[in-house]
Amino acid sequence: MIEIKNIKKRFGEQEVLKGISAVFEDGKCNLVIGKSGSGKTVTIKCMVGLFEPDSGTIVYDGRDSTKMSFNERKAIRREIGMLFQGTALFDSMTVEENVRFPLDMFTNKNAEEKMDRVNFCLRRVNMENTNKKYPGELSGGMKKRVGIARAIVMNPKYLFCDEPNSGLDPKTALVIDHLIQEITQEFNITTIVNTHDMNSVMGIGDKVIFLHNGLKYWEGTNKEILKITEGELFDFIFASEFLKDLRAHAKY
Amino acid sequence: MIKIFEAIGKFLLLMWNAASKPEKASMYWKETFRQCHDIGIGSLAIIAIVATFVGAVSAVQFAYQLRTISLVPMWWIGSIVRKGMILELAPTISALLLAGKVGSNISSELGTMRISEQIDAYEIMGVNTPAYLIGPKLLAGIIMVPMLVIIAVFLGILGGWWAGIMGNYYTTTEYFRGVTDNFIARDVNIMLVKSVLFGFLISSISCFKGFMVEGGAIEIGKASTQAVVFSSIAIVIVNFVVAFLML
Repeated sequence: MIEIKNIKKRFGEQEVLKGISAVFEDGKCNLVIGKSGSGKTVTIKCMVGLFEPDSGTIVYDGRDSTKMSFNERKAIRREIGMLFQGTALFDSMTVEENVRFPLDMFTNKNAEEKMDRVNFCLRRVNMENTNKKYPGELSGGMKKRVGIARAIVMNPKYLFCDEPNSGLDPKTALVIDHLIQEITQEFNITTIVNTHDMNSVMGIGDKVIFLHNGLKYWEGTNKEILKITEGELFDFIFASEFLKDLRAHAKY
Repeated sequence: MIKIFEAIGKFLLLMWNAASKPEKASMYWKETFRQCHDIGIGSLAIIAIVATFVGAVSAVQFAYQLRTISLVPMWWIGSIVRKGMILELAPTISALLLAGKVGSNISSELGTMRISEQIDAYEIMGVNTPAYLIGPKLLAGIIMVPMLVIIAVFLGILGGWWAGIMGNYYTTTEYFRGVTDNFIARDVNIMLVKSVLFGFLISSISCFKGFMVEGGAIEIGKASTQAVVFSSIAIVIVNFVVAFLML
């Protein structure tokens, strides 16, 4: 479980996060949604340690980030897996080398053990037989799956996914969503997904947090979100007239 | 002015972090060998071609001038080419070439990694990115540039011999008499000092410009250009300082 308490972050004159608090639970897909510029990515980057919040605390299973030494923070990072928006696969490495890299760098496993783990992770994301391919030879959906394999190879406690469906067709996006959900439940990971895709929200949103202008505006489940009838969240969900019409004709 | 001091401060901090203790030495060595291959083997052909012709043209030009002064023996050309290649031409021309080839390559590689979040991915894994991504490049630059310069010296001298034989200015015996005449080992020391410094300048400036990229493709292009320009300027300044202090 990760708890963030009153996180604030400013870039120059612009205050991007104005005091966000939330709890992200184990074994669940916690979705952070919001318009572009609402502070989703900055929240996630603060949580993974890429940005230092100006104030507030992040508590990883009872371990307070503000009271941690440098080495303890580094150790926390080894418990984090992250799927990037653009996958961030290492261009100069093959699929196998990409997934194996954290094992090479941080473990003392022998070559056979590493290969077993790499092959297990690639099988888990249905990417077996691609070991020797380079990221440039893969489609967008395949890259995302390799990104997930790399993110879970170290058995992370926390999985962060930044816009996992961006650039994917709706069908492939569903595949990626379900993969994230299955892995979250199978390994009891605390998963935080940053998205503005309503299909993802409805499909895997065990818990949904809506950010607006750097503040937490709403919190609930994917079942509750459709009961919203007005306000910023309503505008976000039913952004187009088509969806508003669809909602008007649907029975909820 | 403040921006210049800020940039120098960031540069020094990055270099300090790049020199910090690696997480796993074997991974760093592997990356260092990869960089040595990219910088050394990858640049060998262009260095060989340029050095050979620089040596050749030096010999031709000195022969042209010495022929008008009949008191100076032609075998001196061997000595002049050797000294010129060791002290100035091989280190400086090789370094300027490498600033263009290796410098732009390093800065665009790191810049692309920064923009495509690959550096963030390393950091989230817990990798010390300056040490892993910059350290091996610095080490490879410091090791490989002097090696390339040594090769350039030999090829430049051979280029001078080849041009002289082709132009019938001197015999092989005469030329190598000049090459071996009054050889001063200190010249080689100066060449090595220059090459090590040039290797550090090319790799460190290029890494700094690439690692600090913010924005998109245009910024990567700018960083790459700046890496080449700043490295080249640093090379000619340091070249003068070393020559002034050591000669």
